[in-house]
Amino acid sequence: MGNALNDRAATELKFRDAAKGAELAAALSRVTASIGRSPISVMHVCGSHEQAIARFGLRAAFPPDLNVIMGPGCPVCVTDQPEVDEAVALAYQGVRVATYGDMLRVPGTARSLADAQAAGARVTVVYSVAQAVDLARKSDEPLVFFATGFETTAVATAAVVLNDPPPNLFVLSAHKYIPPAMDVVAAMPGSRIEGFLAAGHAATITGWGVFERFARRCERPVVVAGFEPLDILAGLVRLVELVRDGRAAVENMYPRCVTREGNVRAQEQLWRVFEPAGGRWRGIAHVPDGNLRLREQWRHLDARRRFDIDTTALRGEAPSALASQCICGDIMTGIASPPDCRLFGRACVPDTPVGACMVSSEGTCRIWYQYEPHLGSVVGHRTAR
Amino acid sequence: MCLGVPGRIVEVNGITAIVDFFGVQRTVRLELVDEPVAPGDYVLNHVGYAIRRIPEDDIAGTLALYEQLLREACDGDDDLMAADVRGEVAGTGRGTGNDGERP
Repeated sequence: MGNALNDRAATELKFRDAAKGAELAAALSRVTASIGRSPISVMHVCGSHEQAIARFGLRAAFPPDLNVIMGPGCPVCVTDQPEVDEAVALAYQGVRVATYGDMLRVPGTARSLADAQAAGARVTVVYSVAQAVDLARKSDEPLVFFATGFETTAVATAAVVLNDPPPNLFVLSAHKYIPPAMDVVAAMPGSRIEGFLAAGHAATITGWGVFERFARRCERPVVVAGFEPLDILAGLVRLVELVRDGRAAVENMYPRCVTREGNVRAQEQLWRVFEPAGGRWRGIAHVPDGNLRLREQWRHLDARRRFDIDTTALRGEAPSALASQCICGDIMTGIASPPDCRLFGRACVPDTPVGACMVSSEGTCRIWYQYEPHLGSVVGHRTAR
Repeated sequence: MCLGVPGRIVEVNGITAIVDFFGVQRTVRLELVDEPVAPGDYVLNHVGYAIRRIPEDDIAGTLALYEQLLREACDGDDDLMAADVRGEVAGTGRGTGNDGERP
């Protein structure tokens, strides 16, 4: 791709500073070309990065030799079926369940919380765990907060646990912790990922220092980037430079929001309440230390201890015939992209999603369906696993 | 769930604060914020909690993206990113120990 096209793409992107956008797009082309092989694949792990890339049409400004792939960056999408089954079972058992809106339509083995709701179960959508606290305070009956999301939402759950929650509030934790999942994806056989763009706001909590050991272990660079189109382009330029130079370093291109040590106060609360535990990330793999489990000290708040959650019936149901064709797992590990899926945009659309990636506003399929349905596969081909 | 939203602190009341999000005032909780905050400070907020006090020099740069998103996307859910930002603002401040919204 010549610079003229990049310039035009950058101008059309409505950058806050069009000249700066064109300059960065040209630099990205130059640095990618200087590596002398193709394609170069890098991965970001944040639904909001994918939203920004798609919404601002950034792929038009990326050089064709650079694949920018979204990894397991959608917390809703990686919540495993058995975890959803637990929440659905509780709802069917008559327990009131509160959760974030994106979780409502994510199918477990066969059913979702929306199915339970349609059958008369009480499922309430909240924007904040603090709303669940208020709901619990309004009555004496038990309320289970189905707690999903990465460290950015887990710290809010932790703050509630530490702040004298009402005795009828229980936590069903499906929280996930991103850094260990990056290890798993990097180590996957056939992984072509040469560098990672880390999510700005998750790193606001963890700090960028958390990626230093990862970069050493995986021998790949990590760049922390913000969400503005210019932030993302600048982050990618730096990341591809590090790939070119063979430097497995960590660099922070988002100092506005991210420091090396992160938000220590929030981290302290996170680790007082949760401990890392191995668990399955939907469609991806077992991720050692990838789940956040309530510590023993908080067992009285743990929905898994308080209730006898029986998911046998739910897990015995046959998933829909379409579900077996869903390739969300391959999409979240960067092996495939949405157009590689025969269901994408046909049997699987936002109104009737088959896979979790089409449900959440942070899912790759949902984002592509909304912003770039015209795109062919940017990965180019599917790799058999 | 990934994208925090910046706002300006109008008033601090113990462990909560009234925060102005692009003209809408809401209540956020302060248990997690990394530094003490005061009226006039900008904070990055996520699911009803302030998670970072934004340094003075970084305020304009941080606000730009959100102003653009909210300006370009007036209504509808066609813009997922703007909808997530609006959702975050809409959700913030309800259920935080008081009714959240202020006239």
